Amino acid sequence: MTKRSSQMDSGSGVSLGARLIVAAPYLWLLGFFLVPFLIVLKISLSESAIAQPPYLPVLDLTAGLRGLRDFVSGLSFTNYFTIAGDDLYLFSYLKSLEVAAVSTTILLVCGVPLAYAMARAPRAAQPLLVTLVMLPFWTSFLIRVYAWINILQRDGLLNQALIRLGLVEEPTTWLATDTAVYIGLVYSYLPFMVLPAYASFEKFDESLLEAAADLGCPRWRTFFVITLPLAWRGLAAGALLCFVPIVGEFVVPDLLGGSEATMIGQTLWTEFFANRDWPAASAVAVALLVLLLAPIAIYQHLQTREIKVRQ
Amino acid sequence: MRRMSVTNLVALALGLAFLYVPIAILVVYSFNASRLVTVWGGWSTRWYAALLEDRAMIDAALASLLIATVSAALATVLGAFAALALTRFRFRGRLPFAAMIYAPLVMPEVITGLSLLLLFVAIDLDRGLFTIIIAHTTLTMCFVAIVVQSRLATFDRSLEEAAMDLGCPPGRTFFAVVLPVIMPAVIAGFLLAFSLSLDDLVIASFTTGPGATTLPIRIYSEIRLGVKPEINAVCTIFIAVVAATVVAASLIEKSRGREARALLA
Amino acid sequence: MTSGPAPSSDLPAEPLVRFESVSKRFGNVAAVDRLSLDIYSNEFFALLGPSGCGKTTLLRLLAGFERPDEGRIMLGGRDIAATPPHRRPVNMMFQNYALFPHLTVAGNVAFGLRQDGLAKAAIAARVEEMLALVKLEGLGHRRPDQLSGGQRQRVALARSLAKRPQVLLLDEPMAALDRKLREQTQFELMELQARLGLTFVIVTHDQSEAMTVAHRIAVMDRGRVVQAATPAEIYERPQSRWVAEFVGDVNLIEGIVLKTDAGEAVIGDKRGRRYRVAADVAAGAQISIALRPEKIRIHAGPAPPDAPNTMRGKVCDVGYLGSVSTYKVQLDDGVVVKATVANVARTSGEILRTNDNVWLSWPPDAAIVLTA
Repeated sequence: MTKRSSQMDSGSGVSLGARLIVAAPYLWLLGFFLVPFLIVLKISLSESAIAQPPYLPVLDLTAGLRGLRDFVSGLSFTNYFTIAGDDLYLFSYLKSLEVAAVSTTILLVCGVPLAYAMARAPRAAQPLLVTLVMLPFWTSFLIRVYAWINILQRDGLLNQALIRLGLVEEPTTWLATDTAVYIGLVYSYLPFMVLPAYASFEKFDESLLEAAADLGCPRWRTFFVITLPLAWRGLAAGALLCFVPIVGEFVVPDLLGGSEATMIGQTLWTEFFANRDWPAASAVAVALLVLLLAPIAIYQHLQTREIKVRQ
Repeated sequence: MRRMSVTNLVALALGLAFLYVPIAILVVYSFNASRLVTVWGGWSTRWYAALLEDRAMIDAALASLLIATVSAALATVLGAFAALALTRFRFRGRLPFAAMIYAPLVMPEVITGLSLLLLFVAIDLDRGLFTIIIAHTTLTMCFVAIVVQSRLATFDRSLEEAAMDLGCPPGRTFFAVVLPVIMPAVIAGFLLAFSLSLDDLVIASFTTGPGATTLPIRIYSEIRLGVKPEINAVCTIFIAVVAATVVAASLIEKSRGREARALLA
Repeated sequence: MTSGPAPSSDLPAEPLVRFESVSKRFGNVAAVDRLSLDIYSNEFFALLGPSGCGKTTLLRLLAGFERPDEGRIMLGGRDIAATPPHRRPVNMMFQNYALFPHLTVAGNVAFGLRQDGLAKAAIAARVEEMLALVKLEGLGHRRPDQLSGGQRQRVALARSLAKRPQVLLLDEPMAALDRKLREQTQFELMELQARLGLTFVIVTHDQSEAMTVAHRIAVMDRGRVVQAATPAEIYERPQSRWVAEFVGDVNLIEGIVLKTDAGEAVIGDKRGRRYRVAADVAAGAQISIALRPEKIRIHAGPAPPDAPNTMRGKVCDVGYLGSVSTYKVQLDDGVVVKATVANVARTSGEILRTNDNVWLSWPPDAAIVLTA
């Protein structure tokens, strides 16, 4: 920040309004974003119990220091041992990573050419194209997944079309397969990949492409030696914006996927809603978060760097 | 003047077709006279009529609208504050603050939902519409913050300096110069928060309580039982409302596309 | 102002670049309109004109970024209108330099050479040579954002010269430099062009820049070349009022040729004034007289009786520019004439003041008679 904003810097002269502007969102996020995570962490270290709430121990502040000691001695890693020892959880994690990696790759392959084409479209048409890609993002996620059930079910339109075209004799099973999950994920997350990629393709100087062509570089090679090296941040941000939530995705695999290999988001959901095992669900959540820590940190780095650069 | 290559045109056409064909099919089949979702039985609006009879669905829709309105309003104020804090002030803990703003964008919803629920249980808060509103505000304020932040980042500081130079004190400068300039982003942020809240299934499922059913929760439980033409009708109305809002917003403010882009950039 | 050494009569028969009735339209606007132009080997050629005259489009047509709607663009006798930019033996120096921000200075200079698949050692040697040529030795490892504006300009120049193009295109190459640096760079470019023996085509809207660097200038207006000639010819013998007004300052007087006599004509304007000019025109023709301000003499007292074309007036504005002063003189009938006087003596700028009565005169051969 430059010196001209010094009058707004923290210090004795800060106005009440400025304090409020910083404090209100800060406290809200501390209270409703950070503290809940600490609670999840704590409960994941608790024993499950048939009670309301269904876990032990509970921190009893009225009991003072003794309460705190009881609380700490009551913590256990049982839930984590359970998770680590049970193949179901391990497979679930691996399955989630696999699905996220594969679908992110498909998204890159599909999204990057689309984003590039948008950036190369006539300037006047670009806002319209952006709106067209955004529009599905503004409509419901659930509806978009539901739209594919219409198409993919056994007597759905895809099978009808395939049979009519004579490509298959019998209806193929699409729903409840990995293919359906991939279609649903790519469909749902495409805008998240396309828009950051578009933004980084769009903002760069067209004369760089002309300069490359002028110096003898054919167009396809220009894409690899100029465009990609300059746009990779946007592509990386887009890929992470897809990868991280997909690892924890619930709706798509639940509605389109099969029942044999579930993803970790489904496992957590089942632990919580069906088995009512809150400590186990919390442990699954913490483990998932640990798994995603590295990609989230990279994403944060890319984004906060953007803030610093902009200032 | 640009010429688009054939490859680029094909990429655009395929991409947009992929995005819109499923939605188009959904909309068309909501006007299907046949109860069988996959057999075309001629045009009809009977499923829309049936919806009017579906008390539970209407209640869920009203609950969702209430939650979306209140949480989007709260999120807009908090998010705009957060954006100002990020771009205009230097304070201790600014980087952790920025991290908390960006984290919910990628955080899997199951984790956010679970953690908020456990908080509400821990502080013994009765779950219902109120808790969903808090949850949605927390999630969507971050989106608002990023949209507004991007507008503020490109904001020409000399406008503020000019105002102050002409004798406008800092506080009044904010209302006279800064707020009008970032207003489109604030509106875009509100609309985004509204539609995210209207859309959310997972977080609402965790943080809801007895008697509070939102539209997505209702639709989800119906979908689990299979495809139904009434659901096609609900979805079509939903899409129409969202599309109309987006088109209206982009007509009011031409630069909306930029804000939306900035959100994901 | 200096004129280049290549008078048009010495030009070789075969041009290196030839535009043959080339048109380029954007929507309904013809940026280049049935334009024909020849550029010869070893020429330093300038495209000069106001913004929107089509000069940049012409350059981009030559580089290959635009394709003509009609006409042919010949390079060394071959039609290149359909050749994509990366296959053309011409290179361009961009107005904003277009340096690749993710590559070092050396990487930028080497970029074009890499496209040709040259050996590493050959590329390295060439890069060194180019950096030495633009006096940037030792800066090869820097990134473009670590350079000053002038240094960036040199990198762009080195990059576009590295492939030894048949034609080097320069799109407003000095627009971003300050005045001192611009003048210095102009002379360096001229020296470089002479030393390398390449053909340079420069686009500029700055007439003094075009006159300084170029052997020949094409003055453009609304997609057409209105005159292509040496700087001296364009200044001293403009072919139209438009060229006379665009290049340099000029006083224009409209009139009719009253009579002609042995290469001298008597012109009468509508206020009844008579002028004697050296020109070969037909009696009765409608013409304009273009008079450069520096060709008008200004007298503090009544002009000598034998002085031709004398006019009386009053100084209404004085502009002191250091080396010269310009005076705006209002004649008795209200017409304002501009005259420039070199400040030969240190105090000569102070002799005439506003409201002083003065007499103007100019010799018959100072005027340019324009029929267009």
